[in-house]
Amino acid sequence: MKQQRRMPRRVFIKGLASSAAGVLLAGCTRMDPPTYGNVLRMGDLFTYKAHRLLLRAHSLAREYDYSDISSVPAIGTTNPADPAKCGFFSDEYGPVYEQLLANRFTDWRLVVEGSVARPRAFSLDELRRMPSRTQITRHTCEEGWSAISQWTGVPLRAVLEAAGVHSSARFVQYYSYDDWADGIDMLDALHPQTILAYGMNGRDLPISHGAPLRLRVEKQLGYKSMKFLRRIVVTDYFDDNGSKGNIQNGWSWYAGI
Amino acid sequence: MSNHRGWVRVCHWLAAAAFMTLAVSGFLILMVHPRLYLGHAGNDLTPALLSLPISNNHRPDELHSRVIFTNVPGAPVTAERNYDIFNQNGWARSLHFLTAWILVAVGATYVAIGIVSGHIRSALLPRGRELAPRALLQDLKNHLRPAAGAIGTGPPYGLLQKLAYTSVMLVILPLMVATGLTMAPAVTASYPFLLDLFGGYQTARTIHFFGFASLVLFLLIHLAMVIATGFGRQLRAMTLGNQP
Repeated sequence: MKQQRRMPRRVFIKGLASSAAGVLLAGCTRMDPPTYGNVLRMGDLFTYKAHRLLLRAHSLAREYDYSDISSVPAIGTTNPADPAKCGFFSDEYGPVYEQLLANRFTDWRLVVEGSVARPRAFSLDELRRMPSRTQITRHTCEEGWSAISQWTGVPLRAVLEAAGVHSSARFVQYYSYDDWADGIDMLDALHPQTILAYGMNGRDLPISHGAPLRLRVEKQLGYKSMKFLRRIVVTDYFDDNGSKGNIQNGWSWYAGI
Repeated sequence: MSNHRGWVRVCHWLAAAAFMTLAVSGFLILMVHPRLYLGHAGNDLTPALLSLPISNNHRPDELHSRVIFTNVPGAPVTAERNYDIFNQNGWARSLHFLTAWILVAVGATYVAIGIVSGHIRSALLPRGRELAPRALLQDLKNHLRPAAGAIGTGPPYGLLQKLAYTSVMLVILPLMVATGLTMAPAVTASYPFLLDLFGGYQTARTIHFFGFASLVLFLLIHLAMVIATGFGRQLRAMTLGNQP
C-alpha cells in the first residue's frame, strides 16, 4: 500500500518539476518571448512584463520641434543590394532589392498577410495615398547614441485595419530585404506613433535609412525600427523568428529599455 | 566589540555582487559608444562633451556618403558607417538590466528594514552637531592616520563614513536608477518629466556615467579603508560576524 501511494506522489512531484522547468524553458505561454532557459532572456521577459504592467499603454514618445532635428548616422545595412558594404547581404533578397532600386521602387510591394481577413500587397503609391502621420522623434540606438529626425509615413494601424486583422491576432512580425526578421506585440503595433515611414526630414527615405519603407517603433530602441521592409505577417502567437530573430542571436526581443 | 547585523551583512554582499556586475556590464555598454553629450541627441556626427579612449568605435574619418538634408548652413547631415565596431551589448545590456532589478530589490529591502529597525537613523544619518566644520576636520585628520586596532568593525561609524554610506545609498544609487530609467524609451513615454528633469536622454546618460565614476571612487576608498583597518578582521566582521 505504502509503495503504491508513494509512486503517484513521486510522479506528481516530477510532473510539477517538469512543468516548472517548462515555464522557465519556454517562457510562460506561446504568448510570451521564449527564454530557452537563458537567465538573461528571463530578465528580458521580466522587464517586458513589468513595462506592460506598470507603464501607461497609450502614452506617446516625446515629439520634438523642427529646430531639434539633428545629424544622424546610418548604421547596419546601408544598401541591401551591395554585398561589398558591411552589414547584411542576402543572396536571396539582395538581387531582388537591386532590381527594385533600378526601377525606383515602382515594382516594390509590401506584403501583409497572416491572421488577417484580406491578405494583400501594397504599392508605395497606395501607402502614400493612405492617411499619413509626420512626427519628429528621437531614434535611440542600443549602442548609446541618439538622433532626432522627422519621419513621415502611414500608421501601421491603418495598414493592419485595411487588411482586416483577426481578433485573435496578438503580434506583428516584419521582414526585410537584408533578411532580418523581428516582431512587436499588438500594443506597440497599434500605437499611434508606430508608422511605416517613407519620408525622412521632408524628403524620400534615403537608401541608407531603409528605402523605400521602414518601421518606426518610437517606444522601443532603434533596432526594432526595421529598415528595408518587404513583408508583414500578423500572428496569433509569439514567433521568435528562429535564427533570424533577436532572441536566438542573443538579443532582447523587447527593447523598451 | 561592535558588530554588523545579519541582514546588513546579507544585503552588503548581495549589493556588492550586483554593483560589480553592473559596473562591468555598464563599462562594456559604454565601450560601444564611448562619447558623452548633453541634451537629447548625440552621435558620431555631432560634437561630444567628452570622448573616452576606451574603444576604437568612434572613427569620424571613416564615415562616408555624407548627405545634407537641407541647404542651410549647419543643417543636419547623414553619413554611412560601414565598419565593424566592438559591440557586446546583446548580453551586456540584458545582464545590466537583470542585475539592476536585483539591486533595486536588495536596496528596497535594505531601506525598508533600515527604517523599521531604526538602523538608518541611529547608525547612518549624521547628527546635527557632527556636521560642525571642526568635527568634520577632526574626522578627516583621523582618516589620514588610521590606527587599525582602535577602529571598530561596525557601528558606531565615523562622520565621513556616515556621509559616504548615506550619499551612496540614498543619493547616488537612486540617481543611477532614475537616470537609467530616463534612457528607456518606453519609460520616458509614460513619464516624460524624467527627460525634463535631467535635461534630455544624453544628459541623463552623462550623469549616469559620472554616477558610475563616483561609485567606483567610493569603492576604491572603501577598500583602502578596509585594508588600513585590518582586512582580515573587517572581512570576517562583514561575513561571519564577530565571534563573541
